Amino acid sequence: MKITVTVNGTSHESDVEPRTLLVHYVRETLGLTGTNVGCDTSSCGACSLHVNGEAVKSCTMLAVQADGTEILTIEGLAQNGEMHPMQKAFMENHGLQCGYCTPGMVMAATSFLKENPSPTEREVRIGLEGNLCRCTGYHNIVQAVLACAAGATK
Amino acid sequence: MIPAAFDYVRAGSAEEAIRLIGEHGDDAKFLAGGHSLLPLMKLRLAQPSVLVDIGRISDLSYIRDAGDHIAIGALTRHMDLETSPVLAEHVPLLAHAAGYVGDPQVRHRGTIGGSIAHSDPASDLPATTLALGATYIAQGPNGTREIAAGDFFQGFLETALAADEMLTEIRVPKMQGAGWNFQKFNRRAQDWAIVGVAAWRRNGDSGVGLVNMGSTPILAISVSNALSQGASVADAAQLAAEDAEPQSDLNASPEYRVHLAKVLVRRALEAC
Repeated sequence: MKITVTVNGTSHESDVEPRTLLVHYVRETLGLTGTNVGCDTSSCGACSLHVNGEAVKSCTMLAVQADGTEILTIEGLAQNGEMHPMQKAFMENHGLQCGYCTPGMVMAATSFLKENPSPTEREVRIGLEGNLCRCTGYHNIVQAVLACAAGATK
Repeated sequence: MIPAAFDYVRAGSAEEAIRLIGEHGDDAKFLAGGHSLLPLMKLRLAQPSVLVDIGRISDLSYIRDAGDHIAIGALTRHMDLETSPVLAEHVPLLAHAAGYVGDPQVRHRGTIGGSIAHSDPASDLPATTLALGATYIAQGPNGTREIAAGDFFQGFLETALAADEMLTEIRVPKMQGAGWNFQKFNRRAQDWAIVGVAAWRRNGDSGVGLVNMGSTPILAISVSNALSQGASVADAAQLAAEDAEPQSDLNASPEYRVHLAKVLVRRALEAC
């Protein structure tokens, strides 16, 4: 089936099998491998990206369902070589260890701050409940999101 | 994990969806947000030959004040329930419970109609709407009919919907200031409830829905009957599992579920 999607500002027209998952389309057809596959069961959030501005788990969405949408992946966050404030906040607060969950964490966190721009620490923890960090590095991830919300990035 | 191959068709309206599902027969399934169906398809526990995508029927996404009840389009997403000012005012229990479904990413895609039509007893919204005395509207080739929530859930993942019917609207009575509470007991954030309780209470009336306490969502009628006859919350809560037949799984034995139900119903009613 033919689909047209705008990914990180660029329009793509592709012919996909209906059973193609969005995460596989993004990684394998478009070559954007920043979006990771973790649990593959919509639990871990490693595959989080934005569809029409909202975080979704791309392992649990068909590429055909994304036809006509605007998709943002981790590769599209930086603008003109300048990291997104959330990316900077993760770097400055050591919000990553092995880095596997990081793209999904950053995409979930940016979506979350759009819905709740001034969260408490507890709200950040609940807001990121769909993303697992197997290094258990949650403390600094939460600090990074709070720093970004406060505009405290260099 | 990749689903088995299927054909994909997209419906632009409820009428078209019902026509398409009728044309493609028993192996066809409706696809809404996909957050119940796609995980099953990836595990190949479901292998429909045709998916009729109803996710773009935007006129089935709404939350409207309809006088004595709130009318909710079947394709309304959990996130829209959670943040709806209309629900917050008139059916706060449902808005609150919707915020416990999965996680934010799941709530951006999953729909109330999909959750109810899938009728997983471990899901939060079937039991919550059952407790609230909701009515579900089913549309088929010959028009629409109303199905009381109490008549809808017929067995594990089985509902009163005919193969060519689509759930189009959920009507939930206004809570009229009733006290309410939602309890969800699980081991990890974002998990299914091991046991969940949705409860409301106003004067002698009450409704108590149980999550994951049997093959269907359960209405704890014995608890409400005891309360209406003047029983204390502590005594009524002892009847929490009278109408349930909890199963065993990796998380809990039936006996533990019965214990949890009694404790959670008591906590819920005490907070109502």
